Amino acid sequence: MHVQELKAQHKLLKEYAYQPGEIDRGYNNRTLFINLSDNTVAEKPVSEEMKEKFIGGKGFGLRLLWDETKADTRWNDAENEIVISPGPVAGITQYSGTGKSLVVSISPLTDVVIDCNVGGYFGPFLKFAGFDALEIKGKAKKDVIVIIDETTNSIRIEEAPGEKIDSHVLAEQLTEMYADDEKDKRNISVVSSGTAAEHTLIGMLNFSFYDVKRKMVRLKQAGRGGIGTVFRDKNIKALVAKVKGVTPNRNNVVDMAAIQERGKNFAKEMKELDHVQAHMKETGTAHLMEIMNDYDLLPVHNFKFGSHQDAHKIDSHHLKERFTQNMPDGCWLGCMMSCCKMAENYELRTGPYKGEIVAVEGPEYETAAGVGSNCGIFDVDAILELNFYCDTYGIDTISFGTATAFAMECYENGIINDEITGGLKLNFGNSEAALRLIHQMGEGTGFGVIVGMGVRNMKQKFAAEYGADAKFLQDIGMENKGLEYSQYVSKESLAQQGGYAMTNKGPQHDEAWLIFMDMVNNQIPTFEDKAEALHYFPMFRTWFGLVGLCKLPWNDVEPANNAEQDEPEKVPEHVDNYVMVYKSVTGKSFDKFEMIKQSERVYNFQRIFNLRRGYGKREHDAQPFRAAGPVTLGEYESRQDRYDSQMREKMGIDPEGKTTEEKLAITRKYREEMYEKLLDSVYARRGWTKAGVPTIEHLRELGMDLPELIEVVKPHLE
Amino acid sequence: MVGETITVNGRTVPWQEGMTVQTVLEVMNYTFRLLVIKLDGRLIKKENYKSAVVPENADVKVIHMVAGG
Repeated sequence: MHVQELKAQHKLLKEYAYQPGEIDRGYNNRTLFINLSDNTVAEKPVSEEMKEKFIGGKGFGLRLLWDETKADTRWNDAENEIVISPGPVAGITQYSGTGKSLVVSISPLTDVVIDCNVGGYFGPFLKFAGFDALEIKGKAKKDVIVIIDETTNSIRIEEAPGEKIDSHVLAEQLTEMYADDEKDKRNISVVSSGTAAEHTLIGMLNFSFYDVKRKMVRLKQAGRGGIGTVFRDKNIKALVAKVKGVTPNRNNVVDMAAIQERGKNFAKEMKELDHVQAHMKETGTAHLMEIMNDYDLLPVHNFKFGSHQDAHKIDSHHLKERFTQNMPDGCWLGCMMSCCKMAENYELRTGPYKGEIVAVEGPEYETAAGVGSNCGIFDVDAILELNFYCDTYGIDTISFGTATAFAMECYENGIINDEITGGLKLNFGNSEAALRLIHQMGEGTGFGVIVGMGVRNMKQKFAAEYGADAKFLQDIGMENKGLEYSQYVSKESLAQQGGYAMTNKGPQHDEAWLIFMDMVNNQIPTFEDKAEALHYFPMFRTWFGLVGLCKLPWNDVEPANNAEQDEPEKVPEHVDNYVMVYKSVTGKSFDKFEMIKQSERVYNFQRIFNLRRGYGKREHDAQPFRAAGPVTLGEYESRQDRYDSQMREKMGIDPEGKTTEEKLAITRKYREEMYEKLLDSVYARRGWTKAGVPTIEHLRELGMDLPELIEVVKPHLE
Repeated sequence: MVGETITVNGRTVPWQEGMTVQTVLEVMNYTFRLLVIKLDGRLIKKENYKSAVVPENADVKVIHMVAGG
């Protein structure tokens, strides 16, 4: 059906006119509130205190979500919200990686707040249209599209019955529909999900941008925690932002020259150093595939192992052969990192779009490792096919990979069988079965729906209904707080175990990625060192999500003299760039210490948000044992030399004459004790009690002794 | 033989006659490209990996500048 025919079917439910504004030093000083249950549209002012304490991005999202929900609000209650906020720096085009927005919601997987940092143009366009954040509350009765249109200064809620749900079709249709002409397509961004988000809890959101060179709509993902599921539960088909255009200083920054100077320096680094460093322009994050395999960190067979003899078949050299080269690949304008790779002209061989020639976004490292090696699938075509369908169906590739790998291990252990899987032979390496699962998620049928409930729900179901050993499932089920692990083996890095399981939202590596610092470089050998790293890096990395930045330009290329710095792992020159960029956008007094303080305020707020909801304590930071060490005899014996020598050197126990069962038990006891000591050290460094609760003194020091926070923490401190 | 060792990232590793920084990388299977290497506190540039001789009891720091996800 032609897009004009689709548009003719739209029914206007609400039109709201707003006064155009002008961004002042990165802020509009107002946010947009929409309640789909009654089609309310309203504006909320942004106070100086809100900017001071919450900055923007995730900070704004958390503050707004706290105010609009209660302690017992569930993910599918009408009062749950999806909040999108770009942050004050987002939307500048003179420094790389400045187009991010943060999405928060109460997660169907974790029952606490999930946050995702996402590219694409929607966040900057929302800001250019006049708003520092968008809150969407309530549920529409039928599928709707919300249009935020700067060209008419209007918000429209339209019933939209005709368009497809799947993102690769829908984003193209809506870009075509709302653009005035071909040239205007660059001024449209669409947020959408997909059909599988309706049938699973691992739904994600796609944020689009129009690729002018390729003349196609591209998608970036807010993947984690099931926000796509919340989106479809609200009967939102799509959000559309339309702007007049992008001009050099839409943020009205205070010192453009300073930003340009730092931006030029960074562009020079990318030009001169990327091809000898991380190859981000050529392969994006997929460059990590062979590195992780070489260092025994690539997840294989549900995180049992860290390498595989067939891993070379899906390494970055093979993926690069599929990626279009020498084309601009930034997910926001002006980004010189240009790392969002794409495999064009791929012919789909399964599913409802079989035979279509499509472009596949990525695969990024997390996807290739998740749907690939972790499921024992060492086939580039299968990875591309799974990547495409995850994207268009609105499924998080990380959760899909980890949940499928878990189901495969359960199948191979006889915990589930053909009768339960509906005949799917879920052995590791069976890509056809994995593809069948993703299509079942899209259809809402079969065992795919069970896998789509996530690892925690599968564990409960398999124990309750199939008599599985709940303890074994707990050991091998790679989730914490209900969220599936992202794709790194953390067994040999105690710090990374904390970097995963001590997160506020669940085990996503965007808070801290310390594996090499800890395991290989041995730079943080003591508990105090690890605690300092698990304070600094999560706080530093939280800051990207407050202001609207991408993490990748921080350390996926490094200045030529970085090695000569005192703390090269922090990339001090780039940190200084960020300090300068923030000061130059906002005009505020700022330094690298205040950067950490800003993050600490929001980080502690999020911890207390979890506490308010009945979580956020030490027991919620527990990890499955597979994240910490070998669970099975096979795992131990596959790396027996390593584990035996650790027993000798670290524990002072002679492994000679002991059975593997005995050595497993000794190793486990030791590693579990180490993790508990780590928790003690990190909590102390973060200003928390042994139970993991922020103290009132600490909140006071941060200027976060807000009455509503004190009220929540106080009972846990008595 | 007792004493014929070096320290690599704080861990004891057997020393070999004629050992260079390049040999250390091979022994340790350090395949990553972006490294910061210090030999007894001296920064060793990439072009000197093959010529920089590692004496016994040397302290070698091989810092991998891996960005991760």
